[in-house]
Amino acid sequence: MPVETTLADSLCAHGISRRGFLKFCTMLASLMALPPSAVPAVAAALEKAKRPSVIWLSFQECTGCTESLTRSAAPTIESLIFNVVSLDYHHTLQAASGEGAEAARHQAMQENWGKYLCVVDGSIPIGNPGYSTIAGVANADMLRETAEGAAAVVAVGSCAAFGGLPYADPNPTGAVPVSELVTDKPIVNVSGCPPIPVVISGVLAHFLIFGGIPELDTLGRPRVFYGQTIHDRCYRRPFYDKGLFARSFDDEGAKRGWCLYTLGCKGPMTYNACATAKWNQGTSFPIEAGHGCIGCSQPNFWDAGGFYQPLSLPTGAVTQTAAYAAAAGAAAGLAAGALYRRHKHARQAVHESVTVDDLEKPDKS
Amino acid sequence: MNTQALTDTAPGTAAVAPRGASLERGRHAFLEEIDAPIASFFSSCVRCGLCAHACLFYTETEDPRYTPIHKLEPLRRMWRQEYTFWGKLAKRVGLAKPVTDDELAAWSELVYDSCTLCGRCSRVCPVGNDIVYMVRRMREGMAAAGHAPAGLVRATRNAILNGSPMGVKLVTLEAQIRHVEKETGLTVPLDQVGAEYLAIFSSMEIVNYPEYIAALTRIFEQAGVTWTISSEAFEATNAGIQIGQSDLAAELLSRIVKAAEKLKVKTVISPECGHAYLALRWEGPNLLKRAYPFQVKHILELLDELRAAGKLRLRDSEDSRLTFHDPCQLVRQGGVVQEPRTLLKLVASDIVEMNETGVMNWCCGGGGGVSAIERAENLRLKAFRRKKTQLDELGVEMLVTACANCRVVLEEGVDAYNMELPMVGLTELLAEHLEERP
Amino acid sequence: MNSVDFLQWVRGPAFDAAVVIFVLGVIFRLFGILMLGKKPDLAEPRGGEWGPGLRTVLSRSLPDRGTFRREPVTVVAGYVFHIGFFITLFLSAPHIELFHAWFGLRWPALPTPLVDASAVITLLALVFLLAYRLANPVRRFLSGFEDYFVWGVTLLPVLTGYLAYHHLRLPYHALLALHILAVELLLVAFPFTHLMHTFTLFVARWYNGAASGRRGVVS
Repeated sequence: MPVETTLADSLCAHGISRRGFLKFCTMLASLMALPPSAVPAVAAALEKAKRPSVIWLSFQECTGCTESLTRSAAPTIESLIFNVVSLDYHHTLQAASGEGAEAARHQAMQENWGKYLCVVDGSIPIGNPGYSTIAGVANADMLRETAEGAAAVVAVGSCAAFGGLPYADPNPTGAVPVSELVTDKPIVNVSGCPPIPVVISGVLAHFLIFGGIPELDTLGRPRVFYGQTIHDRCYRRPFYDKGLFARSFDDEGAKRGWCLYTLGCKGPMTYNACATAKWNQGTSFPIEAGHGCIGCSQPNFWDAGGFYQPLSLPTGAVTQTAAYAAAAGAAAGLAAGALYRRHKHARQAVHESVTVDDLEKPDKS
Repeated sequence: MNTQALTDTAPGTAAVAPRGASLERGRHAFLEEIDAPIASFFSSCVRCGLCAHACLFYTETEDPRYTPIHKLEPLRRMWRQEYTFWGKLAKRVGLAKPVTDDELAAWSELVYDSCTLCGRCSRVCPVGNDIVYMVRRMREGMAAAGHAPAGLVRATRNAILNGSPMGVKLVTLEAQIRHVEKETGLTVPLDQVGAEYLAIFSSMEIVNYPEYIAALTRIFEQAGVTWTISSEAFEATNAGIQIGQSDLAAELLSRIVKAAEKLKVKTVISPECGHAYLALRWEGPNLLKRAYPFQVKHILELLDELRAAGKLRLRDSEDSRLTFHDPCQLVRQGGVVQEPRTLLKLVASDIVEMNETGVMNWCCGGGGGVSAIERAENLRLKAFRRKKTQLDELGVEMLVTACANCRVVLEEGVDAYNMELPMVGLTELLAEHLEERP
Repeated sequence: MNSVDFLQWVRGPAFDAAVVIFVLGVIFRLFGILMLGKKPDLAEPRGGEWGPGLRTVLSRSLPDRGTFRREPVTVVAGYVFHIGFFITLFLSAPHIELFHAWFGLRWPALPTPLVDASAVITLLALVFLLAYRLANPVRRFLSGFEDYFVWGVTLLPVLTGYLAYHHLRLPYHALLALHILAVELLLVAFPFTHLMHTFTLFVARWYNGAASGRRGVVS
């Protein structure tokens, strides 16, 4: 494939119709909250986009993020977008191996210095660099080296964005997210475990169209995809508002599709596009399948209380703590009360009878 | 009576504090008085200010200082600093504002002049604070600290040393008895051992309203019950309760109790006087630390019993428009609400009720010792406007009450505001309507 | 600490600490009050104590007619605040889950828009009551730092709860964390301030009613 091929050529070569392409552009535009009038501009920009070089680094991860993007039931435009980027390095997908693979990375870096995109999935162990190495290079070193010449870094998945599962208490590998190690490059966090495929491709499309990174929220996530909570866009929200809740996964409420808040749904604190973009070509999303949101696109979601514990609940064993406190309070109260009582009785014991001459101060009488 | 023993300073007792009133003795008294109810009241107050609107000293002056709960501020701080953990801690590290003599001096007006112990505030407090219970106890400390008003100190001295706050002596009573006997043609029994009832009086009844003695004589004659007056204890009022000095109150009460025991009466009749009833009926056994071997009844309770037993036979009826002024202590400390109304209906046809009456009545403005405080006179007359408003709304021709102190205060108020309103005691009114002897 | 760590902290150790201070403090205070005791009353009673005492515990929730006429604003605003606060506290679904986790008791929740409305009404009542406290001569005279402080720690949980529900200004989890923190502040302040009236008023009303009952006064 010649390096200068545009996306339009590539799509054409893969049998994607003009109509299908525009549909994709429309969806992207709406996801990115662009007005419909922008669709032709998006299409034009995408058609003309040159193939940028992408270096994909996989660290402490499960390959779920790559799976999410590539393992669709049928080939999609989202997956095809990879055909138009020059994916010069990706463990799982590249044919080369060993020293050849590393040489490809170095070559891509040299040829596109300052222009390539560095995509990372997985967290980086800094507790002991030996926990995860590639070709004898510690993840942290490889990330620093690769990020140095990158135009931007895209942290795909909650591990790369926030540390994810490896970062969960007690974090045995000393895992850190990308943002801990890379501080001088723009970083886009595409969180989720895994992220929604169209969100990944959307960020890449944004880079292709606008040549930069999208507007980010306080957690470094593209605001267009992570601007609203699952709860706000959830189709079960009316049940929450009416106070209709499923109490167990097989009760009448669950069967009627009532709100899963009381079963631990983390929708109210989770910012992601699941409820609108959905999964599996827009088929469904976890809540629609009958399970509460586990908050996978939020930092530390593994440690954010039990998945089945309602969000409003304290995480400690409060009842027991309160019982001990009550006992301690009773004991201390009895002791202090006994002390006051003794003082009072002591005062009463030395009460001095008052006579009529004691009603005025000595100097007055 | 042996007043010498009381006024003499017993040697050796000055170890705790020097003789005479002092801040230390006052603080000591506060701490002796604070109990679980007071602690619960202070813990509950949210400064809603509703008690202000239950107090005639506030409603008639609109001065927020007269808000009942505010009158207890020094007592509250004593409680906080001595009987709560954080208060004690704050005191130890010097963060608590101590209760000073100057402060108590400033509070004298609030605790005495502007509180008649009427107890209305205790009935409106939404968190249930019994504010009057606290004011009564706060006076213990105020008196011990030497901040009781001069008028009350004088009345108390008089009561202890001379047997009556107004200086009424036995000879005065004897003169009034002779007068009553001549008027009624009946014998007034004196020191009769074994009589059923012992009657005691407020000095004001002896001096200003001897008609009350005559009324009792005639009613008891008709009812055919035996009764007596004691030459040793005829004074019912208790300046010790008003000034807030339990030791002196106990001494005054013990005189009545001794006389009643000596005459072996079954019942002591509290006269038409509110605080005498409070003192004798409710505080007495607690101050003397023993239950009485006799009963205590307010005269209205007794009259209603006689009526129910058919021993009170009345005739004719007043047709003038009249109303009944409830003495505070009688309704809010004794629950005697229905009895006077039942009795009044027997002798009056046109009875109207004030807009707030019974347990929610308004005080005359002179109870709780206020009428004995000279410096409080202007304030008391201002507060009387509350009663005046109530009376003006009704346009009555006569006011009936059952408390000699209320009656004196009301008469002064009526005079001061140039109102035309004759007053009568209920017992007296009933006696006027007794059936003729056959 | 990011806002999610913060949420975990307020839901975890901070909440435990606040509950300990609250429970320990309230029980300590109640024992401290009751242990001061009351002398037995030797006067012959005219009526019972328990019945009238318990009656007064309930009946004092209603103002007498005169008080209502003279001070309708305090009475009405007080009712509105207390009822609104209790609805918001006890009838909102997330709160019921909390009580369920504590006591194993559950009751039906009110529809969210109604709880939302009651929170708004509670907030308005609180703002009004503050204005009234500043404007009314008696209240302003009686009020000190503690009264305004208590007002603040009562307002904050309602306000943050309202903001969290509507996702105003901050992300939900940050507002939820602030809301829980505000509740913790309320719990911690509780035993040290006259917020204690929530519990002690039952004691106070009982003592008052019992004293009246003993004297045969209807209360």
